[in-house]
Amino acid sequence: MSYLSSHPWRVAALAAAHVELVAVALVVALAVALPLGVLAARRPRVAPWLLGALGAIYTIPSLALLAVFVEAFGLGFAPIFVALVIYAQFMLARSIAAGIDGIDRAQVDAARGLGMSAAQVLWRVEFPQALPVFVGGIRVAAIAMIAIATLGGYVGGVGLGVLIFNGLTLHQNAMIVAGSVAASVLAIAVDAALRLTQRLLAY
Amino acid sequence: MNPASIRFQDVTVRYAGVQRNAVTDISLEVGGGELVVLLGPSGCGKSTLLRTVNRLVPLQSGRVEVDGNDVARLDAVELRRSVGYVIQAVGLFANMTVAQNIAVVPSLLGWNRRDIDARVDELLQLIGLDPAAYRNRRPSALSGGEAQRIGVARAIAARPRALLMDEPFGAVDVVVRTALQRELIRIVGELRTTTIFVTHDVDEAFRLADRIVVMREGRIEQAGAPFDVFQDPATPYVRQLVHAGDDVYRRYYMRTRELLRAT
Ligand SMILES: Nc1ncnc2c1ncn2[C@@H]1O[C@H](COP(=O)(O)OP(=O)(O)OP(=O)(O)O)[C@@H](O)[C@H]1O
Ligand SMILES: [Mg+2]
Repeated sequence: MSYLSSHPWRVAALAAAHVELVAVALVVALAVALPLGVLAARRPRVAPWLLGALGAIYTIPSLALLAVFVEAFGLGFAPIFVALVIYAQFMLARSIAAGIDGIDRAQVDAARGLGMSAAQVLWRVEFPQALPVFVGGIRVAAIAMIAIATLGGYVGGVGLGVLIFNGLTLHQNAMIVAGSVAASVLAIAVDAALRLTQRLLAY
Repeated sequence: MNPASIRFQDVTVRYAGVQRNAVTDISLEVGGGELVVLLGPSGCGKSTLLRTVNRLVPLQSGRVEVDGNDVARLDAVELRRSVGYVIQAVGLFANMTVAQNIAVVPSLLGWNRRDIDARVDELLQLIGLDPAAYRNRRPSALSGGEAQRIGVARAIAARPRALLMDEPFGAVDVVVRTALQRELIRIVGELRTTTIFVTHDVDEAFRLADRIVVMREGRIEQAGAPFDVFQDPATPYVRQLVHAGDDVYRRYYMRTRELLRAT
């Protein structure tokens, strides 16, 4: 029954690939979301449009989104990677914007008045205080990405999804269970680690 | 550093999307080392006028000069680092310790670690807070009065040429307030920093000012030495303002102040 006990190294290798896929996609997603989130916080007129558009993408079922990217990039690593990056934008950008919006305006005013440049106000005052909210967004995004990344197995990608889809094809329930359980354990571990980080960052 | 002189020349400010001016046609000269108090009711434009000096508020027309230089032509960031500013809402940075808050401008100016640490301790002592007990506290662990004092220390940390103080003692009780006013007179007296001090508290104005500027609806009603404003109010409004409440005490304060300053 237990695929995990018979093939521990195979499961571990796929789990590691899964983590790598999500981690790299998350880093790229953060690099894109950071300027978008700051833009949304700085331009209250633009914010509803920007976050609305990202929110609309977020509501597209992930399988449908993935199909579009398979069409565009072919099978393999690329479609799932791009889907993860785009899918995460809403949660990440929204949490950055919310974190910055939540900061006491008096502190920003004081920072400008004491002679911080715009970049210094962002990095020394706004960003550190937005961080707990931002990490909350990263946490939600990371968990969703771990789940969605399993679809990568379907499009010739890497990670635990390979077990699940091979299991489906071969009618091997044990493989499906092993893949699903491993993905859940990953999600729970990431959730706990980021919750702790969030708590440590709070003022 | 030599105390700066500040000159307002026909300054008018109108905020975007607002029908009337916040400040209309104000001209005023503040000499080097002088402590000028802007006095007037809520909404009369005190904060707005103050914030034209460090360019936090743009002018509709007119000109503001610091040491003869039009502030519009100065680099805003450099200007702000050379002019201390205590904001009305205190605004200590929640993500920094007390020491880091006080050290903000010195570190922006690139002071070395040793000088910054020494300056922080010196300032904490100056404002009557034990450095060992307060250095590493977070602003959330301070009382309103302590926070305001640290706001003042933060503003003067880099020995600014001029000091803008917007109701710095608004949130403290009368006893602490009086003590802080005394401190301020001592600090500013020692440093001889040019200071513009905003308040709507008449007694505070009389206690601190070398010169009082009474404002109303964005204009200057009267500017003069406290004694002259008190003795000889220029308009019925000024008369009503400076003689409201216990003006017996106001005389008493002024008398005491003169005696104290004479010694
Ligand atoms: N950012 C702003 N946008 C629009 N109007 C403003 C802004 N700031 C101030 N005002 C308006 O300009 C006028 C002057 O405001 P200001 O803050 O200078 O008054 P103040 O004398 O400092 O009052 P207070 O004693 O309550 O602090 C007020 O009518 C106020 O509503
Ligand atoms: Mg004000």
